[in-house]
Amino acid sequence: MNRLWSFSLRCYLGLVLGFLYVPIAVMIIMAFNRSPLYELPVVWSTIWFENLPLNQRLIDASINSVALATANMVVATVLGTMAAFAFARYEFRGKTLLQLLLFPPITIPWLIIGTSMLVFFFWVGIGRGLHSLLLGHVALSLPYVIVVVGARLKSFGPIYEEAAATLGATPRQSFFRVTLPLMAPGVVAAGLFAFAISFDQFVISYFLAPPGETTLPVEIYSAIRKGFTPEVNAISTIIIVVSMGLMLLFARFYKFGGER
Amino acid sequence: MSQPPSSRLRLHSPELGATAVSAPKQRRWTVVALTAPAYLWLAVTVLLPLSAMLFFSFLTVAPFGLETPALTFANYLDFIHEDFLQTLTERSLMLGVWVTLCCLLLGFPAALALAKHVKGRWREALFLLIVLPFWSNALVRIFSWTMVLRENGMIDRLIHDVLPGAPHLDLLFTYWAVVIGVVHSYLPYVILTCYISLQAIDDSLLEAARSLGAPGYKVFLRIILPLSMPGIFAGTILVFVPVIGSFMEPRILGGPRSFMLGNVIEDQFTVVFNWPLGAALSFILLAIVMLVLAACYPFLRKHLQNAT
Repeated sequence: MNRLWSFSLRCYLGLVLGFLYVPIAVMIIMAFNRSPLYELPVVWSTIWFENLPLNQRLIDASINSVALATANMVVATVLGTMAAFAFARYEFRGKTLLQLLLFPPITIPWLIIGTSMLVFFFWVGIGRGLHSLLLGHVALSLPYVIVVVGARLKSFGPIYEEAAATLGATPRQSFFRVTLPLMAPGVVAAGLFAFAISFDQFVISYFLAPPGETTLPVEIYSAIRKGFTPEVNAISTIIIVVSMGLMLLFARFYKFGGER
Repeated sequence: MSQPPSSRLRLHSPELGATAVSAPKQRRWTVVALTAPAYLWLAVTVLLPLSAMLFFSFLTVAPFGLETPALTFANYLDFIHEDFLQTLTERSLMLGVWVTLCCLLLGFPAALALAKHVKGRWREALFLLIVLPFWSNALVRIFSWTMVLRENGMIDRLIHDVLPGAPHLDLLFTYWAVVIGVVHSYLPYVILTCYISLQAIDDSLLEAARSLGAPGYKVFLRIILPLSMPGIFAGTILVFVPVIGSFMEPRILGGPRSFMLGNVIEDQFTVVFNWPLGAALSFILLAIVMLVLAACYPFLRKHLQNAT
């Protein structure tokens, strides 16, 4: 009985995984399908990959996306790690309030955050563009970075820093030689997380990106609304292959599944 | 910053004594310097914009054009008087409820299987497989469903291969197409949050219950379910909040017949340019979200203290 139960649960898990991969499989198959209208049966062809370098808008948007995600990763990781360090190693008044303030960016629908940023940035003259996209993406990434780095900092107490101080290290030395190496896995994980958040972010980018200065998701949305996307399938296939590689790299830094 | 090795071995250095004396004051400045950049950033990008939008929602026109704006409640009154806005709000809310329920019912058993019935490297590999779809673009995943669900799409063809005489099935541009697509997008979140709490349950608790004679369903109801509540709540919030604000999924999968409140808000800012009405509708949506979050607040608080 117990074995049967366990077995059927595992089969179920397999089914759920299958469901999760349906659209990804479809996307990859359609990237290799010759018909631009996704007609079945599939006629294999690499024409959409060959056409990709000619689609200047898609290429520009991809470059913008990578540059933005990289800038977002650096800024959000540095600012977030600083705040996480303050939360983990200092007691101060207003700490609970500050921690609570991390929740709005997570718990308010992106639609509302995006439109309110549009209103405010327009009003005060920041306007739309890649700079306002960076402002928005960092705001979304910060709470996640602070939580991930904070969890890592919590996993080892301040005893190592205390030991360093006892042995005469200045706070700066203790931070760079003791704390930073110990929390590095958390920082790397948070950085990759921030990169992924920005790279996949559509809603905020959609409201803040002016025409001609778009990111890949915004460009994909307009392609979908026009109804012509085989090249989008091709570039998405490339992205998922690259991110699979990144994930495996990531798995070396960071133990998945929480088994200690 | 290379120091002679001897300096690292020095005990009770003068600097150490000095920091100990002026500690409270210096610490306060350290805390301010460490937290200020992140929170200034959040103030400029979240708090001030939300305040600006609240202000806008009470204006007759956006203060950019030639007309001078005046204060008014008209935008909120519009919501009360226009039945279709209320219908769309209800539809968005129900989508959130349905999708959250489906995600929990589908995701929890999967998380349970992963946490308690798969071991070692297999578990790590399956975990990676669940996280991996996050790395493909959400829009592309949603769009792929149109190729699956439409008439003559993959499901329709599959049915016809098995049952040649069956009527054509066209799920695209229906409410259910939106539900399927959105459930698919948010399922990994629920699996992850449930998995994290399930995985933290000590196996010896379950063994103890079994050895004391508890039947399987009792072990589940009295131990597994209560202990996984934090994960269920976290998953609920992570799904419900974005789903009731969704606009891209209903547009691509639902077509004009399945418009939601999110689509009206989107249009106010990108097509119609009635920003004050869009702002008012956003705040109504936000109020709904806040009510839901207030109901979950005790759990949130506990989580927060554990997380940071």
